[in-house]
Amino acid sequence: MAVLNVNLTRIESINMKKSLKTAQRGHKLLKDKLDELVKKLLELVRENQKLRKKTDEMLQNAYQNFMLAKAVIGEQYIEEALVIPNQSVSVDISEKSIMSVKIPEFNFKKLTNLNDEEESKVLYGFAYTTSELDKAIENFSEVSESLLELAQNEKAIELISAEIEKTRRRVNAIENVTIPNYIDTIKYIGLKLSEDERASTSRLMKIKEMLVK
Amino acid sequence: MYKIAVVGDKESILGFSAIGMDMYPAYEEEDIKKIIPKLIEENYAIIYITENVSIKAEKYLEKLKNNKIPAIVTIPSNSGSMGYGGKRIKEMVQKAVGIEINFKD
Repeated sequence: MAVLNVNLTRIESINMKKSLKTAQRGHKLLKDKLDELVKKLLELVRENQKLRKKTDEMLQNAYQNFMLAKAVIGEQYIEEALVIPNQSVSVDISEKSIMSVKIPEFNFKKLTNLNDEEESKVLYGFAYTTSELDKAIENFSEVSESLLELAQNEKAIELISAEIEKTRRRVNAIENVTIPNYIDTIKYIGLKLSEDERASTSRLMKIKEMLVK
Repeated sequence: MYKIAVVGDKESILGFSAIGMDMYPAYEEEDIKKIIPKLIEENYAIIYITENVSIKAEKYLEKLKNNKIPAIVTIPSNSGSMGYGGKRIKEMVQKAVGIEINFKD
């Protein structure tokens, strides 16, 4: 029995009862939050597995084509061809809130160095490069979108699972420490007060007896 | 405006530079420890790290997990996927939910 260090008075007991009610309501809310977070996490994980599978396959494909290109053309020519990338990418970050967990949302921005009129998607001479390289770069370009999705998804999973751990700890603390403490203290104050009452009653009886004599 | 970086062995990441991501070759844990803080300072929002390097620097990367930015994502290297990224997620879920979850699809 853990009794909090408070004054043993009736007003303190009433305050305690109020706090207990708040704690119980908070506990219920946090528990609901935890349930919802777990649900969201599982959704995200399910999505993550699909995304992973997809990107792994696409990347493998891209790597293969790239290796082929390297084998055919030779490494220094490839590096030379890729010195100036044909596009630059940047991301914008906006925030989304899932159960008050702030989750970044990435928005892709591609800036091509090419004019729209140019038909080719690449920015290197064709003299020393082969079609394998074109294909590989096209593959990489395709995979970049789902990689971005994957990044967003994984960050969300990381943040949500951290939040779940935190919330779980809070729920446990309230359930197993705060609420029992309040209940014990309220009970203790009640006992103490009625004991005082009995003591004063018996004292009064005693005094009355003495007066009557 | 944030940027995207790819970190890993040069063989694997060369292709990404073609689509405009910045590449930073790294092979060992020390390389990662040197490169990542620099990238964070330079406003990179997403950092892709190839599996083979990311496994070596596992402990260091673990610390950065709870920052909102950057998102550090493991991708397979050109020598094939070892499933490390998926495993990491699984461990995280297990830690959060308390049970291991296998999804079938």
